[in-house]
Amino acid sequence: MSELNVENRAGAVPYVARPRRAAAIDVVAAVVAFAILAALPFLFDSKALLDFVIRCAAFGLFATSLNLLVGYTGLISFGHGMFFGLGAYGFGLLMQRANVSIPVAMVCTLAITAVAAVVIGAICVRLKEIYFAFVTLAFQMLIHSVILSWQSLTGGDQGLRGGIKRPVFWGIDLTNHVQLYIFSCALLVIGLLLMRQIAQSPFGYTLRMIRDNATRASFIGINVWRAKLTVFVLAALFASAGGMIMSLFVSGAYPEFAYWTISGEGIFINMLGGVTTFLGPMVGTVILLILNDTATRLTEHYGLVLGIVILFFALGLRKGLMDFAVDWYRAWRDKAKEQS
Amino acid sequence: MDLDALIGCLGSSACVVTQTTSGLIIGMLLFLVAVGLTLIFGVLKIVNFSHGAFYMFGAYFALTGYQLTGSFVVALLFGAIGAALIGLIFERVFISRVYGRDVLMQLLVCYAFVLIFDDTVKLIWGAEFKSMGMPEAFQVPPWFIAGGVVPPFYILLISVALAVAALLGIGLARSRLGKVIRAAAHNPDMVSALGINTALIYGSVFALGCALAGLAGALAAPVRSMTPGMGFSVLIESFIVTVIGGMGSILGALIGALLIGLIRSFGSLGFPLFTDGLMYLFMVIVLVARPTGLFGKDVA
Repeated sequence: MSELNVENRAGAVPYVARPRRAAAIDVVAAVVAFAILAALPFLFDSKALLDFVIRCAAFGLFATSLNLLVGYTGLISFGHGMFFGLGAYGFGLLMQRANVSIPVAMVCTLAITAVAAVVIGAICVRLKEIYFAFVTLAFQMLIHSVILSWQSLTGGDQGLRGGIKRPVFWGIDLTNHVQLYIFSCALLVIGLLLMRQIAQSPFGYTLRMIRDNATRASFIGINVWRAKLTVFVLAALFASAGGMIMSLFVSGAYPEFAYWTISGEGIFINMLGGVTTFLGPMVGTVILLILNDTATRLTEHYGLVLGIVILFFALGLRKGLMDFAVDWYRAWRDKAKEQS
Repeated sequence: MDLDALIGCLGSSACVVTQTTSGLIIGMLLFLVAVGLTLIFGVLKIVNFSHGAFYMFGAYFALTGYQLTGSFVVALLFGAIGAALIGLIFERVFISRVYGRDVLMQLLVCYAFVLIFDDTVKLIWGAEFKSMGMPEAFQVPPWFIAGGVVPPFYILLISVALAVAALLGIGLARSRLGKVIRAAAHNPDMVSALGINTALIYGSVFALGCALAGLAGALAAPVRSMTPGMGFSVLIESFIVTVIGGMGSILGALIGALLIGLIRSFGSLGFPLFTDGLMYLFMVIVLVARPTGLFGKDVA
């Protein structure tokens, strides 16, 4: 199936050694984006806006990391949300119990996530499409039930309560809302920049090749299992970072963060924004959160509204919003070329 | 963890009988849902993520049927036929558009309908918990088998599910329609070239799968409470059943469902909080040992 619609997937162009300039452009774009985000609190005096952007940062990191699996490697994970939950709980627990500084807790959480992802990934990535989706889902539910049943550690279905301490580090005070906002934006921008570099690296093109034809990739000497496992672990790390932002934002962690619906939403965000462009999931995140907030405010039949919107995308547009924009831009450019 | 309770139970025949029947109930209901799922997957190559909704529809239609006529047989028919009709329309109008498309796209269309169906039920029957109550015919003292308590309704439920399993198994293997269905699962183009209407086959298999889920919902109506969204946990469990048993295998669905049912009922004694976890753990172990499930052939 995947061979048929190669041209519809992310960057189905042969790999050309990437000029150093392209990486420099990414860095400049990231700096500009960060500057604009950092300026927002000084332009608008709205806590709701800042809250919205922080949630976008958490879910955006998560959704973009999922796209590394779904869009770039063709691994449809239905359990990616477990790493989001692991990040939130790992970070929250370390801050509550271990009395360490925030950066140390973050690094430790990433290490825990990496170990978990290596173990789970080693079991899952050798499975075929639909089984991969189910086994990742099963692991997600397993982690969710562990969180629910290990009450003495995680607080069970009540979640981690009592708040998370936020000791000042490097002159940053995360109890201050604006500083928390800027910190989240910085994590988002750095995370996106790193993922962009992974996607555009030779390794990123190896992933695209595995997605398009794994057999051929193994014929030319690529260790498919190892490449898939590597990207599975890398994606888990970024999802975990998203979970940590969420944990800081709500000052705790809830079992819903590890529930399968988070994974479902991640998949949906990717479809909404489109998996063929790097920023598609980010656009999808913003749309879904706006949609969520508006629909829950306007109607109690939130599912009905959301369901119809999904149907519109799946059966009507048949692709994500960013795919649509890219196609439209290409058509426009070709037309302009013809005329000149 | 409460291992003493589990060991204590295993030592008494009354407790074993009671737990086994309650495990069989869970297993049989799961089987009816899962066998529809596996049938639809085997023939249409679609993972019907909205299958739980038909279980829910079955339960609610049965409730309405029972309230209108007071007859449990009518309630069962309402549940099965209602779910089948909705399934048929759903397949013809929406699912038939995504045959052969990306798995992701198919899952998404179904996910959309999970949300839509749940809200529709909420609109029609309301969001609060409903219950149908035990039909009068079954309001009799329970039977005692080896000291264990067995309500007669449980016997009915188990026999209906077993009868369905046998009918399906024999029907698919022996009858002409069964042979056509198996041929369509194997090579739909060839079947279509032989002058058989595959759209009709697809539609009826989907409707049959939904009818079975609806029947399960209707059978569950007297013993479970109903709420919009009740299909979801059943869906996840029947996925586990089909994956353990092997996608596309009816025998696999039966064995998988019974195993999950027994794990749930005995596990709830020993690990009250981790019952769900046991199930997922079991699934992981089976899949690591046999990625295609216990009775599955290599698919996908």
